[in-house]
Amino acid sequence: MTFRHSLKTALRGLKTNKSRSALTILGIVIGITAIILIMSMGQGAQDLILGQIQGLGSKTIVVIPGREPRGPSDAAQIFSDSLKERDIEALTRTENVPTLKQLMPIIFGGQTASYLGETYRLTIFGASEFISEMFDLFPEEGLFFGENEIRGRANVVVIGSKVKEELFGTDEALGKVIKIKDRSFRVIGILPKKGQVSFFNFDEAAIVPYTTAQQYVFGIKYFHRFIIEADTEKDIPDTVRDIELTLRDTHGITDPSKDDFFVETQADLANRLGVITSVLTLFLVSVAAISLLVGGIGIMNIMFVSVTERTREIGLRKAIGATNHDILMQFLLEAILLTAIGGVIGILLGAMFAFTAAIILTNVVGLNWTFTFPIYAALLGLGISTLIGLTFGLYPARQAARKDPIEALRYE
Amino acid sequence: MPLLEVRNLEKNYKDGDTETPALRGVSFTIESGEFLAIMGPSGSGKSTLLHILGLLDKQSSGEYLFDKKGWDDYEEDEISHIRNKKMGFVFQAFNLLPRTTVFENVELPLLYSDVPESSWKKRTLDAIEAVGLSHRAYYESSQLSGGERQRVAIARALVRDPQIIFADEPTGNLDSKSGGVIMKILRELNESQNHTIVLITHETYTAEHTKRIIRLMDGKMVSDEPVQKRRSINDHNLK
Repeated sequence: MTFRHSLKTALRGLKTNKSRSALTILGIVIGITAIILIMSMGQGAQDLILGQIQGLGSKTIVVIPGREPRGPSDAAQIFSDSLKERDIEALTRTENVPTLKQLMPIIFGGQTASYLGETYRLTIFGASEFISEMFDLFPEEGLFFGENEIRGRANVVVIGSKVKEELFGTDEALGKVIKIKDRSFRVIGILPKKGQVSFFNFDEAAIVPYTTAQQYVFGIKYFHRFIIEADTEKDIPDTVRDIELTLRDTHGITDPSKDDFFVETQADLANRLGVITSVLTLFLVSVAAISLLVGGIGIMNIMFVSVTERTREIGLRKAIGATNHDILMQFLLEAILLTAIGGVIGILLGAMFAFTAAIILTNVVGLNWTFTFPIYAALLGLGISTLIGLTFGLYPARQAARKDPIEALRYE
Repeated sequence: MPLLEVRNLEKNYKDGDTETPALRGVSFTIESGEFLAIMGPSGSGKSTLLHILGLLDKQSSGEYLFDKKGWDDYEEDEISHIRNKKMGFVFQAFNLLPRTTVFENVELPLLYSDVPESSWKKRTLDAIEAVGLSHRAYYESSQLSGGERQRVAIARALVRDPQIIFADEPTGNLDSKSGGVIMKILRELNESQNHTIVLITHETYTAEHTKRIIRLMDGKMVSDEPVQKRRSINDHNLK
């Protein structure tokens, strides 16, 4: 029997049992739908995160206090107060890090702000005016603070749009004085509505000079981050090396494994977050794979029922000249066709759900989410479903092929 | 040279430790063009004999040669091909595929053959015409009467133009009128187209349509003689 006729015969077999076929593939459909949905969403999440990282600028290097976390047991940050004022002096000296273009120390934390009885919980950033360039934050009213305010520890603040709304409503805010941690700050600038920028929501934040934040808001003598910009993207490896050498020197460290800081480039960050989303996606996909296993067992079950029910048909086909191979192919192809059809339906459903999710995430949640449908996920889905048909259809098909024609013809 | 040669055929069925003999030494030959009935009560071994003749089963001892060759001269797949090419089968229970048209049922053996596909349609329609069912060619088998279903089964046995047709109680599930029609068709196939036909039956009036009757009893041949009175009254009524 030619393959084409085997295929036709198998299709005809499925058609005569339409509703049973449909129920049988339900498990496969659900499993493949879940896999496609998860893979598409995983890719979307990864794209979103990478987009946010790229928002930081490709020449950006971040110095973080503490030891670089290397595993789950290493999560506790030690030496978290290691970045000090003298490090800024050392790093900004041209002979130490010649390719350094900008250095901005940052400290941040949650605080409560109030104005005339209205209070609001916000995030305080202690930074320099460079933050406005870096995150594209330009006040729509007023100005940003400058070097004089930093040097003078001025009590000035630039507030986000949500902060303005919560504290002032529609009233004029510029020039007013708000209280942060019992200290008065004059509002000198108001930021436009930005939404999420590179993991931060500046709408719900207030920015003050880092010197002011250190002394009056948080009462600490160290920094949470140094954000450094290199001259060009090509200079990044050299800059990272120079930063490490300089900091080890000022911290008196000779053994690099005992570093009390670590340097992260945008590429490092992208890699790390990429690994996290990939692991998460893989985990979810393997959970979905369990439903495929269950679906496969369902296929096997139904194929056994089908083989038993069609014993006489098998006997007849053998009597009129079907070889064992012909019978094997007929039932195996039925199983493969079932699962492959289930796979195709699952791929379409999964893509549809992922698309719906993308619309919801963009329009309702407000994320900058793009719908992605990875072709490899579709191929994988089709491959897996076909493989399931082959695996779980083989045993029942072999049993069909081995039937004795006389016994089969006598079967009631 | 006989088409089919049986010598001292024995068949035992094993069920655990006990062996039940079904055939105990049967010998005869069948020439091409014969129309023969194997008769006997149930348990006489006639079905077993037909299965061995149709290469569906293998004898325990003795010799069976079809077209000068026995079971051991073939590979397993070759036996399937012989059944497909040289033999046609008609069963008591018709064994048509459900929810399938007459045409598709008759075409079925061609799917397992090496006959070029271009000739399938003509062969199928010719076989359907030979049993007088052209007007029902695209009916589903469930829409047919019992007699018509058995005619479809005969057409299916004819479609590859086999050297021999085996019929296992072909009238067993039919009323006497439909059974008579089936026997008339079989006899015509034998007389006008020279098909060799071997059928088994336990009904004397069915066996009397043939030209030779072999009687079995308890696995042994008790008689082998030509049918004397060829034309019965019954037969005239059908014409």
